[in-house]
Amino acid sequence: MAKQFGRNVVLRNISLEVAEGEFLTILGESGSGKTTLLRIIAGFESASGGELWMGEERLDLLPPYRRRVNTVFQHYALFPHLTVEQNVAYGLRVAKRPEAEITSRVAEALEKVKMSSYARSKPAKISGGQQQRIALARALVNRPRLLLLDEPLSALDANLRRQMQVELKSLQREVGISFIFVTHDQEEAMVMSDRIALLRSGELEQVATPREIYGRPATAYAAQFIGHTNLLKGDVLGGTVRCGPLAWAAQLPDGPALFSLRPENIRLAAGASAASGTVRVRGKVLTQAFHGATELIRVDCGDGLVLVVRTSGSGGALNDVELEFSSANAVLVRESPERV
Amino acid sequence: MFSRAYKATVTLPPVIWVTVFLLTPYALMFCYSFWSVSATQTIVHSWSFDNYAQLLRVEVYWQTLLRSMWIAARVTIFSLLLGYPLAYFLSFHARNKKDLLYQMVIIPLWVSYLVRAYAWKTILGSDGVLNTLLQYVHLTSHPLEFLLYSPFAVVLTLTHIYTPFAFLPIYAALEHIPRNLVEASHDLGATPGQTFWRVIFPLSIPGVVAGATFAFVLSLGDFLAPLLLGGPSGIMISNVVVSLFGAAYNWPLGAAISFCMLLLVVGLLFFSERLEKKWSFS
Repeated sequence: MAKQFGRNVVLRNISLEVAEGEFLTILGESGSGKTTLLRIIAGFESASGGELWMGEERLDLLPPYRRRVNTVFQHYALFPHLTVEQNVAYGLRVAKRPEAEITSRVAEALEKVKMSSYARSKPAKISGGQQQRIALARALVNRPRLLLLDEPLSALDANLRRQMQVELKSLQREVGISFIFVTHDQEEAMVMSDRIALLRSGELEQVATPREIYGRPATAYAAQFIGHTNLLKGDVLGGTVRCGPLAWAAQLPDGPALFSLRPENIRLAAGASAASGTVRVRGKVLTQAFHGATELIRVDCGDGLVLVVRTSGSGGALNDVELEFSSANAVLVRESPERV
Repeated sequence: MFSRAYKATVTLPPVIWVTVFLLTPYALMFCYSFWSVSATQTIVHSWSFDNYAQLLRVEVYWQTLLRSMWIAARVTIFSLLLGYPLAYFLSFHARNKKDLLYQMVIIPLWVSYLVRAYAWKTILGSDGVLNTLLQYVHLTSHPLEFLLYSPFAVVLTLTHIYTPFAFLPIYAALEHIPRNLVEASHDLGATPGQTFWRVIFPLSIPGVVAGATFAFVLSLGDFLAPLLLGGPSGIMISNVVVSLFGAAYNWPLGAAISFCMLLLVVGLLFFSERLEKKWSFS
């Protein structure tokens, strides 16, 4: 499967491939163009340039009702005048499938989302989470090759949301259909996706697995958007990086460089001397924020450098500390230029 | 939350208004419908069902009522046939011309009813615009008589006048349909035609019912169009009532007919309200 877009203003130079059975998340802030991208794939909007392919079939020239793509809408878009059952049967009815087949496939789809007992209810009579499942069943019953999900969990409360994340992921594994999931919630993206496509102001910032995008962010924006990070502005000279009071060896060309250092990769120093490859720095604790399992500490290391450190949170009140981190964890990232 | 004095000030004017201008006249009319007129042309305040019995007995009354209903039914059908596609086009396809077109539908309502009725008289008359044109292009050799002073003329004029009333509620209903339902339908493989019949039309039914009720009730009670354009064959029940209250000086019988129509209309409104409720889901 290959897709290419070029769309002025909202989307620029987007090139994205989704594998069969893959769970791809398009992650971005509101206004990043993620919903537009989804609507182009579904066919509700047309790209001003570029092509869209599914297997051997060119999609972007087909009207939405000829595409083997189904969508789960942000606000579900269930038909209010039809029962749950009729909603799920809709796609099969308009495709004029035999009635016996419709009955069995609808029953099966409702079974899959555990909503069989609500078959004859109207959408207005069931809860948000249940509507969500019906929207999912209504799309999946058509056995699309690709399912698009437009922030489907954003209307649910936190607990239900976590539960649905797990259910959705396992359902996706079970049916083996490619999912393109749009969200602005980086945690949700991390939990569910095989790969994340990070979109920023209409351009792809990075496309990678959650582990890769977290551990090896390509840009400063990616590092900051997904999880917390310390961005270190350093200068490389003769194989040594200098950044305020910090210095470590790195095989990089001379000049300015930007590094991302995750708070959990910094520890409170222990032992007399630093092992090779670790960097140590003394500092004064500015604030401590207790998060339960961990604690975030902001440490002023002098020279205008403030590091955020994640510790196990069992230390009690801290004042002067010595920090250490492995220089391998300082990941070189590209600057993210301002875009409008 | 609000003081009693405030509540009274707000509630009283409409209550007084309705009592004085609506309930009292209706009650009076109801009383009149049981009275009678003496040979010396005075109202006799004796109570009987004679007027209602007369309605059933004298053919011309209930036949005129039936004809009025038939005219109103045709006006309703034509208003819907014109109003629905117009509303649909405006709501779904007019894009940036929507407001302009909407105003163009509304503007005729600002023109006096009489002016519009007379306009049709000028168009349909035997030396009117239409007949002159037909003869000019040699489609006919002499004026078509059935154009004016006929039920046809009444239906045509009333359709022209009441189509905006059918259009407005349909348009409002269509505007209320969430557009993502239309997208969802396309997404699930429904063609535009299937989407219309399975999603858009069912969800617009409350508007259609409201529009149909407007067109039917308003044209059923109309008396100017049949008076100006109907001729003897296009007389409607309201013309009968007008003449009974006027030249014929039989207020009691007129009141009885009016009361029957009132019952008919109230029953219809009740029925259409239930239908609208049944088909609304928001």
